[in-house]
Amino acid sequence: MSSDSQKYWKANIRLVSGCLVVWFIVSYGCGILFAPALNKFHILGGYPLGFWFAQQGSIYSFVILVFFYAWRMNQLDRKFGVQED
Amino acid sequence: MSSIITYFTAMSALQAMTFGVVLATFALYIFIAIKARAGTTGEFYVAGKGVHPVLNGMATGADWMSAASFISMAGLIAFKGYDASVFLMGWTGGYCLLAMLLAPYLRKYGKFTVPEFIGDRYYSNTARVVAVICLIVASLTYVIGQMKGIGVAFSRFLELPYEVGLGVGMVIVFIYAVLGGMKGVTYTQIAQYCVLIFAYTVPAVFISLQLTGHPLPQLGLGGELQGSGMFLLEKLDKTLVDLGFTQYTTQNGSTLNIFLYTMSLMIGTAGLPHVITRFFTVPKVKDARSSVGWSLIFIAILYTTAPAVGAMARLNLMETIRPSGTAQAAQGSEGEWLKYDERPQWFKNWEKTGLLKHEDKNGDGKIQYVGPNYKGLENEMVKVDRDIMVLANPEIAKLPNWVIALVAAGGIAAALSTAAGLLLAISSSISHDLLKGIIIKNMSDKKELLAGRIAMAGAIVVAGYFGFNPPGFAAQVVALAFGLAASSIFPALMMGVFVKRVNNIGAVCGMLSGLGITLVYIFWFKGWFFMADTAMAANTPENWFLGIAPEAFGTVGALVNFAVAYLVSRITPEPPEHIQHLVEDIRVPGVMKR
Repeated sequence: MSSDSQKYWKANIRLVSGCLVVWFIVSYGCGILFAPALNKFHILGGYPLGFWFAQQGSIYSFVILVFFYAWRMNQLDRKFGVQED
Repeated sequence: MSSIITYFTAMSALQAMTFGVVLATFALYIFIAIKARAGTTGEFYVAGKGVHPVLNGMATGADWMSAASFISMAGLIAFKGYDASVFLMGWTGGYCLLAMLLAPYLRKYGKFTVPEFIGDRYYSNTARVVAVICLIVASLTYVIGQMKGIGVAFSRFLELPYEVGLGVGMVIVFIYAVLGGMKGVTYTQIAQYCVLIFAYTVPAVFISLQLTGHPLPQLGLGGELQGSGMFLLEKLDKTLVDLGFTQYTTQNGSTLNIFLYTMSLMIGTAGLPHVITRFFTVPKVKDARSSVGWSLIFIAILYTTAPAVGAMARLNLMETIRPSGTAQAAQGSEGEWLKYDERPQWFKNWEKTGLLKHEDKNGDGKIQYVGPNYKGLENEMVKVDRDIMVLANPEIAKLPNWVIALVAAGGIAAALSTAAGLLLAISSSISHDLLKGIIIKNMSDKKELLAGRIAMAGAIVVAGYFGFNPPGFAAQVVALAFGLAASSIFPALMMGVFVKRVNNIGAVCGMLSGLGITLVYIFWFKGWFFMADTAMAANTPENWFLGIAPEAFGTVGALVNFAVAYLVSRITPEPPEHIQHLVEDIRVPGVMKR
């Protein structure tokens, strides 16, 4: 494999890892493991924060994450000149 | 014939309205099917790879959201509260995995089916056949539930026999799936998405307005309950605890189980072939990435509304039966429970179906609906079926007839669209993977297209047969479908892209061991091949390994698959050079100079 493609793949893995860390924190972290602690706080009126993450917030975060990933990957493609014509 | 005439003359205004709306949607689906016929195998399997990413997102939304999402999920949330979050996070979070780990790479590979990728990447027909078997078992069990859903929707809303509903559903799917293949299915799914999302959100908006004054249910759920001075969730928690139920917004199950259950659903979602194939239909790799995002937006509209529908329906139900003074201390004072004779019309309607049942155990003519922690009174609501929550919601909230008619059409759309997607996955794996790929390699395009149509017709007949004679395990389907996808298909696909070193022997051993351990665990508690009397241990949390439910075990199966595939590959020869080049190629969207 040429060094350029290795760099492209490494940048890709870095991006995916970062996104998956956020993916893990908003769902398994805020929505499950820390939910009991977060429930002491309330947002948007009467939502206990942990409950909100489990039933609303994690889903919004997933949507943002996927679009962020798609946007960054398209940038990477262009930077390394590997986009489809 | 005379009985049909009697049926139509005896039809109520609501039924006539429902009939009209359902019929109109069917006409729309068939119209689309005729417009979008498939002429080549490319169109039949992947809609000619010409679907716009946003439209593919809508189609994926309908493909994904089944009768269970539409009808059962809000009810599940209503009765399980926080613990039902596993479904909300699990069935949406899987799309992150799909977007970042699978969809763009499989689209780059650019073939027709999921088993085809597995067979090519692991240069092994065995791997391909294992993948086909997993796909068929997972999809077929899943599709039986959809067929049942169509029959049930017909019988509840139109009081037509279950069999008639099922038959009509089969004919409709037959017309547009056999004729149009993926192309026809895609465009009908787009229409079905519009029908189902409209039908789901309209009653939710009305109910949210009534209870909290917020038009957006997502905000209404956090809002203040009008006229009570309390937040809706606060009020719901208090009402439930006062009546002896567990609190709504806090966790009841074990944390490990909730964690693994969510993970299994996420991995399973990303590994379900009928969802993955949808991303083969867009023109470019770039489109596959964004299309997953659009799918998730369209799915999130329903999935963020469902918690509001669940909580509000539960509160409505509790308050109808016990309008005031819910504190246990006040239980001595009589007259606060709803008198049975004064029960509302929707209560009577659903009693007729047997899904709602009251037994006057203390003979006082009133309805006592209390939870297991309530001292001194027996619960008299002996049956409150979860599924009635979405279906009865418009009636409970006294919404107009057209809204109720719309809910019927929405439920049928959800079931039809998912059924079509699953049937397509089954038929393409038979005609493309088994027939063309392994048995008759030199089949012409035209013959393969015909074989695809015949396989589709066959799959519909088989699914219909199981719909008419539902096997006892129909209720266990979800566990099996997600368990299979999570433990066998997802790891094989992901390693196929990300771990170049994994070879044919490793992949096959991994798939079989992941699949094996998951199946054994599910069968251990649910009976071998779901024959209940052959279960090795009662399906209760005390018996589960580390408290892990069979539904949550797919995560463990996936880990076993990853570990076995990697270790076995280390001690066996590395994949041939052309396979390593193949992996390098699918890792970039365009062309990489070597």
